[in-house]
Amino acid sequence: MRNTYVQFLVSFVALAAAPFVLSLFHLNLLSEILILAIFALSLNVLVGFTGLVSLGHAAFFGVGAYTAAVVAQNVSADMFVTLGLAVAGSFLLAAVIGMFCIKVSGFYFLMLTLAFSQMIYSFIHQSTNLTGGSNGLSGIPRPEMGSFIFGNPVLIFYLVLAVFFVSYAVLRMIVKSPYGQVLVGIRENETRVKSMGYNTGFYKYSAFILAGIFGGVSGALYTYFNGFIAPSDVYWTMSGTALIMVLVGGAGTMLGPVLGAALIVVLETIVSSYVDQWMLVLGLVFITFVVFFPKGIVGIGQSLYKNAVKKKPVYEKKKSRAA
Amino acid sequence: MDILGAQLVNGLSYGLLLFIITCGLSLIFGILGVLNLAHGSLYMFGAYIAYSLTATYTQSFWTALIVAPIIVALIALVVERVLLRPTYHLGHLSQVLLTFGLAYVFHDIASFIWGSNVLSITVPTALAGSFAIFGQTFPVYRLAVIAIGLVIAILLWFVQEKTKWGAIIRAGLSDKEMIGGLGVNIKLVFTTVFVIGGLLAGFGGVIAAPVLGIYPSMEFETLILALVVLVIGGLGSISGTLVASILVGLVETFSRFLVPELSMFLVFGLMAVILVAKPNGLLGKQVAHS
Repeated sequence: MRNTYVQFLVSFVALAAAPFVLSLFHLNLLSEILILAIFALSLNVLVGFTGLVSLGHAAFFGVGAYTAAVVAQNVSADMFVTLGLAVAGSFLLAAVIGMFCIKVSGFYFLMLTLAFSQMIYSFIHQSTNLTGGSNGLSGIPRPEMGSFIFGNPVLIFYLVLAVFFVSYAVLRMIVKSPYGQVLVGIRENETRVKSMGYNTGFYKYSAFILAGIFGGVSGALYTYFNGFIAPSDVYWTMSGTALIMVLVGGAGTMLGPVLGAALIVVLETIVSSYVDQWMLVLGLVFITFVVFFPKGIVGIGQSLYKNAVKKKPVYEKKKSRAA
Repeated sequence: MDILGAQLVNGLSYGLLLFIITCGLSLIFGILGVLNLAHGSLYMFGAYIAYSLTATYTQSFWTALIVAPIIVALIALVVERVLLRPTYHLGHLSQVLLTFGLAYVFHDIASFIWGSNVLSITVPTALAGSFAIFGQTFPVYRLAVIAIGLVIAILLWFVQEKTKWGAIIRAGLSDKEMIGGLGVNIKLVFTTVFVIGGLLAGFGGVIAAPVLGIYPSMEFETLILALVVLVIGGLGSISGTLVASILVGLVETFSRFLVPELSMFLVFGLMAVILVAKPNGLLGKQVAHS
């Protein structure tokens, strides 16, 4: 347990030092990675832990982002107001959509979430007065906290970093708790968990809402970070990208989605500077992972680690245990 | 009343267009258990190849109508042999994800070859005229689409219900291992069905091109609608797909006419309601989950 705290602290300090080392371009890249990591982590609650593969998670990202944007422009740019309403909005949406979606599983779940997210997309695309239609919303005021304004990329980065660590810690606690273990049980064998007396419907519903809320949080952060939001961020390719991040990183682990988000964002930046065919590369990377590394980056790391441990002679292991 | 009659014909033709595109997807899902998310990409290739053929080489729509689906079927053959056959042990969900990755790859290949401009195919002269029903004039092409859709539906029904091949396919739908145990080469069946699915997707692409146009990301829009049709009709049921295509076509056309801002919203709403009320779709059989 103490080991976890140390790891947490070290990575926090390392990331907090980033603005002193990195250029502005790389800092923005890091902010984007952290925001999308929260998004992927929230999807991972469904895909990785509960075993429900959703292809419509962008709906929550979009509702969070647009709520934060509309509130900041029309009501108040105070961070607690915008973030609070973004969370409330994505909570409400998840509560409504979830009632329908958790009734089905497998491919049906995938398609129903896809359909709902496309409904949200077409709503955002068509209600031009509220959301700016296909032009999106631009010139969104920077978030404030009292009289303090997060006016430059470094401050935004620290905001994103703080929210990322809080989200990571909360989600980690949840999935390690008895509640999270029931979710894993549902992923492995729902009928059995049900016959043990658990109300699996409630567990799936609450997991759906949990994923929706954190999806909304990442959306709101994206608005803070970009100052601009367009309907393409709610399109199903966004859901697809998040799913790819989760699976490439390693579904059902906490570190996986973060690594997946980092790999995809970095790869996109590098590839796009050379060729236009980013989707081609993304597709090939994804196919490679699905066929050869189904457990993702984390799985590769684990098997490398296991091999390294295996090669150690047995007596050395015993010695260290005695010591 | 006349205008509603006109919308009815439009809706029917749109619905049958959807049927031509979706039936291959439905067939593949029913037999292979794989939801082919690259189906829209095969459809797109059909349209683009037909464009290249009509614009440059032969100038003939009819040649394109035969050649383009065959090329797409060959692509499908390669996909099945290279990507799907070695990965059946990974499980259906992994295979769905593979086809999803493939859709990304195909998207960029198409935009690399054909660019990102909006293209179109001209209707052949034999079908270029117009027609009067309900006091409205209709392009003959729309009626031709209705006829082609019905012919394909009848053909598929006939093959599935009345021939030995159809019997094997139906048996494969209910119990793959048993049919394998009876001495049928199930792998060959899988490949054949996937290629037929590709052929139908390519055919749909050529037929749809003069009506819906050819543009980048057309495959995603069509794929989404095809999935909606598939779910409403019930996975793996050809008759369900036909009913659902016509229903979606009518709802889409009428809502676009009556409440244009809500058209897509209504289609997805219809799907959500049907999924909740009848989780297996209108005419779907109980399909085993992966």
